Amino acid sequence: MQLRDTLRFSVHAVASYRARTLLMLLAMAIGVASVVLLVSLGESARHYVANQFSSLGTNLLIVLPGRSETTGGPPPLLGATPRDLTLDDALALTRLSSVRRMSPIVVGSAPVSRHQLEREVLVVGATAELAAMRHLKLIQGRFLPAGDPTRGMSICVIGVKLKTELFGGDQVLGQWLRIGDRRFRVNGVLAPTGMSLGDDIDETVIIPVANAQALFNTASLFRILVEATADDTIATAKERISATITQRHDGEDDITVISQDAILATFDKIFRTLTLAVGGIAAISLVVAGIMIMNVMLVAVSNRRAEVGLMKALGAPRRHILRIFLTESALLSLAGALLGLIAAAAGLRVLAAFLPQFPIVIADWSAPLALGVAVTTGLIFGILPARAASRLPAAEALARR
Amino acid sequence: MIRLDGIERVFQVGEEAVHALHQVDLTVAAGEYVAIMGPSGSGKSTLLNILGLLDRPDRGSYFLAGAKVSDLGEEQQAQVRRHQIGFVFQFFHLVPRLSAAENIELPLTLAGVDPAERTRRVDTALTAFGLADRARHRPDQLSGGQRQRVAIARAVIMHPKLILADEPTGNLDRAAGTEVIEILEGLNREGLTLIMVTHDPELGDRAHRRIRMVDGSIEADSG
Ligand SMILES: Nc1ncnc2c1ncn2[C@@H]1O[C@H](COP(=O)(O)OP(=O)(O)O)[C@@H](O)[C@H]1O
Ligand SMILES: [Mg+2]
Repeated sequence: MQLRDTLRFSVHAVASYRARTLLMLLAMAIGVASVVLLVSLGESARHYVANQFSSLGTNLLIVLPGRSETTGGPPPLLGATPRDLTLDDALALTRLSSVRRMSPIVVGSAPVSRHQLEREVLVVGATAELAAMRHLKLIQGRFLPAGDPTRGMSICVIGVKLKTELFGGDQVLGQWLRIGDRRFRVNGVLAPTGMSLGDDIDETVIIPVANAQALFNTASLFRILVEATADDTIATAKERISATITQRHDGEDDITVISQDAILATFDKIFRTLTLAVGGIAAISLVVAGIMIMNVMLVAVSNRRAEVGLMKALGAPRRHILRIFLTESALLSLAGALLGLIAAAAGLRVLAAFLPQFPIVIADWSAPLALGVAVTTGLIFGILPARAASRLPAAEALARR
Repeated sequence: MIRLDGIERVFQVGEEAVHALHQVDLTVAAGEYVAIMGPSGSGKSTLLNILGLLDRPDRGSYFLAGAKVSDLGEEQQAQVRRHQIGFVFQFFHLVPRLSAAENIELPLTLAGVDPAERTRRVDTALTAFGLADRARHRPDQLSGGQRQRVAIARAVIMHPKLILADEPTGNLDRAAGTEVIEILEGLNREGLTLIMVTHDPELGDRAHRRIRMVDGSIEADSG
């Protein structure tokens, strides 16, 4: 039998039994739609996180005080008290050729007030480089000026929400704020960024690192943010940073250097695993659809015993019968899968309309995967009924008893 | 053309063994017109099924056109059915969703004949069997006689040498039955071997040779 004829014959048969065909299409469509939907949502979440990270800056390394065996983990609670990171440590890093720029960071919480208005906010001590490294934009004024980080200046840059809360619609640039027991002049207002992985920059005050150390009465740094010169110098930079600090700390390797890429990779891995797990669970519905296909095809075979007997009488060998029924299962699965894909695409479109800030991506591998799995399922679960058909004894199949 | 030697066919029904055919020997020459008669349950259909390679004997040999077809494998037997044997059944066995033309075309389709050639042969057959104006009709839109004519057209579309008909008029009224018998006899006159099961004595009398079966054995053979 020519392939074209087998297909035509199967399509004809499938189209003639509406109820069972619809049932099977529905089962397969639901299976495929749920796989594609869930996998795409997982992928979307992964992309969302990746985008958030890249908006934080590229080729970034974070230097933390304290030794950690596994990168990304917290510094050890017990053991030798690590030596603090100092501003001089940070400045030493600027001499490395693999480092483009760096910003020492001091973080603390302090009351910020203007006239009678007071807020407890996150105060970040940094240098001018931070703006470029973290892609910070300003809607008014300027960021901290470049200069010697060891010398402070009583100026600050504030988040947009803090600006509204403290100044309302008033003139803000050049105005004075009280942070803790010191006065700072507002030099700029940060553009709104919203939530960006936990830090709400809109409610933050950024002051020169030396002033922050004075404010919080500390000589140490919270961390040092370093930007490597390029993608492929991250590893070198990491090594050189460790070596430099170790040397400065009397040979004691007591810092941890994390690359942002490593954190991102961890997140990426988590989301991938999650996506696969969810997709796998959804794939169970494909198996259910497969079992349904098997049942419906078994019924079809017993309804069409006489037809099978006839085809044998007309000279069709077993393998032809097998092929005809397998083609039917495969066609039904494929059609169901296509319907499922359409349903999934429509569902994602609706979701995208309701969640404009969450970028929905259809995982491009999910469609071929779902189609492949659907057809494979159809074939696997179609084998049993097709074999049953091909093994029907012709004489008995043709007899009316 | 046909030689059966010591054919045995036993069906196991639960505990009981039903001896459907017992020591059947039969020789049929090419071009013969044979009627198989006998009471219900005497093994007529079983014999015809074995002749048509739809069933295998438990013992004995079957030679068809010089070849020992009882020893052939499944695939080769299918090939023999496809090219050498045409079947006509009491219940027509048309595929309900296919049109008359498509039913007649089915053996050609299964054999992988090219569409153009198929159409040509089907058109010829439709005309020859007076079905030209029924080509697009589905079986449920045809009368019994028309359905059996479609079935006969399908049986001969591959130009077999042997036609096996199991009570071909069993489901037809007298007029339609006579018409069908005349078509089959016409094919026989053209040289096809015709073996027909019937329990209508009048139809049996028209055959050139009558075989009477009782309890799975050939009791009488006029040839
Ligand atoms: N597939 C089968 N399974 C069990 N018994 C069968 C089967 N086919 C035929 N028989 C038995 O074999 C005997 C002959 O049957 P059959 O050839 O159909 O008779 P006929 O066509 O002469 O009426 C009957 O007793 C019948 O019940
Ligand atoms: Mg019978």
